[in-house]
Amino acid sequence: MSSERAASAEPARRAGPRPPVKATLSPRERYAPLAISVVSTALVFGLLWRVITSSENWPLIQRQFFDVDAMRASLPQVFSGFLVNMMVWVIALVVIAVLGIVVAIFRSLTGPWAAPLRVFAVIYIDLLRGTPSILLVLLFGLGVPALQIPGMTTSRLFWGSVALVLGYTAYTSEVYRSGIEAVPDGQRAAAKALGLTQWQTLRFSILPQAVRNVIPALLNLAVALQKDVALLSVIGAREAVREAQIFTARTFNFSSYIVATVLFLLATIPMARFTDWVTKRDQERRLQRTL
Amino acid sequence: MVRRNVRRSVAAVAALALIAVACGDGDADEPEVDDTDASEEEAEDDAADDAIEDGDEQAAGIPGCEVDTLNLIEEGNLTVGTGDPVFPPWMLDDDPAGGEGFENGLVYELAAELGFDDDDVVWVGQTFEEAIAPGTKPYDFAIQQISVTEDRQEIVDFSMVYYQPDKALLALPDSPVVGATTLEELVDANWGATIGTTDLDYIENIIGADGVAVFDDQATTFQALLGGNIDATVVAFPTALFATAVQIPEADIVASLPADPNDTGHGLLFEQGNPLVDCIDQGLERIIARGVVDDLVSEYLIGDADVVEITG
Repeated sequence: MSSERAASAEPARRAGPRPPVKATLSPRERYAPLAISVVSTALVFGLLWRVITSSENWPLIQRQFFDVDAMRASLPQVFSGFLVNMMVWVIALVVIAVLGIVVAIFRSLTGPWAAPLRVFAVIYIDLLRGTPSILLVLLFGLGVPALQIPGMTTSRLFWGSVALVLGYTAYTSEVYRSGIEAVPDGQRAAAKALGLTQWQTLRFSILPQAVRNVIPALLNLAVALQKDVALLSVIGAREAVREAQIFTARTFNFSSYIVATVLFLLATIPMARFTDWVTKRDQERRLQRTL
Repeated sequence: MVRRNVRRSVAAVAALALIAVACGDGDADEPEVDDTDASEEEAEDDAADDAIEDGDEQAAGIPGCEVDTLNLIEEGNLTVGTGDPVFPPWMLDDDPAGGEGFENGLVYELAAELGFDDDDVVWVGQTFEEAIAPGTKPYDFAIQQISVTEDRQEIVDFSMVYYQPDKALLALPDSPVVGATTLEELVDANWGATIGTTDLDYIENIIGADGVAVFDDQATTFQALLGGNIDATVVAFPTALFATAVQIPEADIVASLPADPNDTGHGLLFEQGNPLVDCIDQGLERIIARGVVDDLVSEYLIGDADVVEITG
């Protein structure tokens, strides 16, 4: 950044000493690296392509995985499933963001009266984070509706989503907690010196800093959750992966999986770029503040 | 409302035998074993009779399809893929090599027809996904209640159809589908089915229901039925007989359903372009003509259920 500034200031200093002689590159020095990159990349990918397409089964794979007609035929079905993924994802994100911070606060509380909450948070995180998501989905999605609790829905989609929310809340609360612990102790001391209560310290001093610290990590979890919604397929929810599987099972053609893959990428890649952008913006803000 | 009477005793006996085997009680399953032995001997006798009748035929084997000329994965062996685990009544005791059950019974009859010994039949377990995955298959053919459809034929080859099961409506006694006499009454129920089955197609295309839950396997579908997640499911009639006798006795066969004109029935699955299909088809034709398949059907797949028949 500082060198840019120096460069822009140059015209104003015409009267000063002569600028240093610009280094010039010979054509070889200038173009050789580029040429080498292009050739080596082409070589590596070309070889890879050759190896793949020279496989005896390549025409079969092509027909079974990249059949444009089958892709077109499966798209409406897979897309309708993908809308279910998106709906569950958005709702779950909001709930997880709130619950995660609650559990993290429970775990960060000090003082003997908060002991039950701390114990609860530790047990909750240990159990839910230690259980594979697919098991949570199976247990909640098939088990809870079978209890037939009066007044409770028996929707598998609902209980499967609850399983995802509970599992991801455990992860998220740990991320929040790492953010809370990363806030320097001096901040707490300063808040105490100002006469803030424990709650006020959390609300106005610790949490705003903590959350900002962990936003990239949280967005990372959001992308992971987007893909894990596909786990709901095991309990019979008709989301994108399940719709693709149904198409495949019916026709023995795997092109519907490619359709589902592309749909997921279309959703997750912008999400990844957004994460990068948020991280970068945050970095710049911090730099400006410290400069 | 038509009432149909199918023999249930056979399935009940088979189920009892299965339980007996599971309990390690040797007495109860003996008749079953004897029975199978008898039918196998009978089959060999039949084959011998055929050979005597047609002078140009060998005692075992089909002209042009002698074992040593067949294009097999493993020379001298007939390698057969099937599900893992396998379920009654298609195969009993989760043991394809035991020879008890409709599908493995059929394979051993077919193998004998082609001139293989029982010991030459090698079983390979696989999931449904593996059965339909591209690439070289580690077996000569697979048998797993796989329905023959045109779409699938673009990816794999099938033998001729050897069996076409009826569909049964399965539900708990308090389900809203109980008492239905027409397909229209079934549309609004909360349906579930197992992925990769024609049951799902049946519910969507013939019954015309929307939002059918689709589960990974039959066990999960039955669990969902028991848990009240779904009101009803459709399964092949033989599967329903076994399921209501052993797996989920809480559920009943509520009705038998009209045939799906698009469902052609079960075939053996081959890697596409496998030259073995011709010989296997000839073998199947012969054992079907001899009534062997009908015998297996009545031994394993027909039960006695007094159920409502929904005809349309």
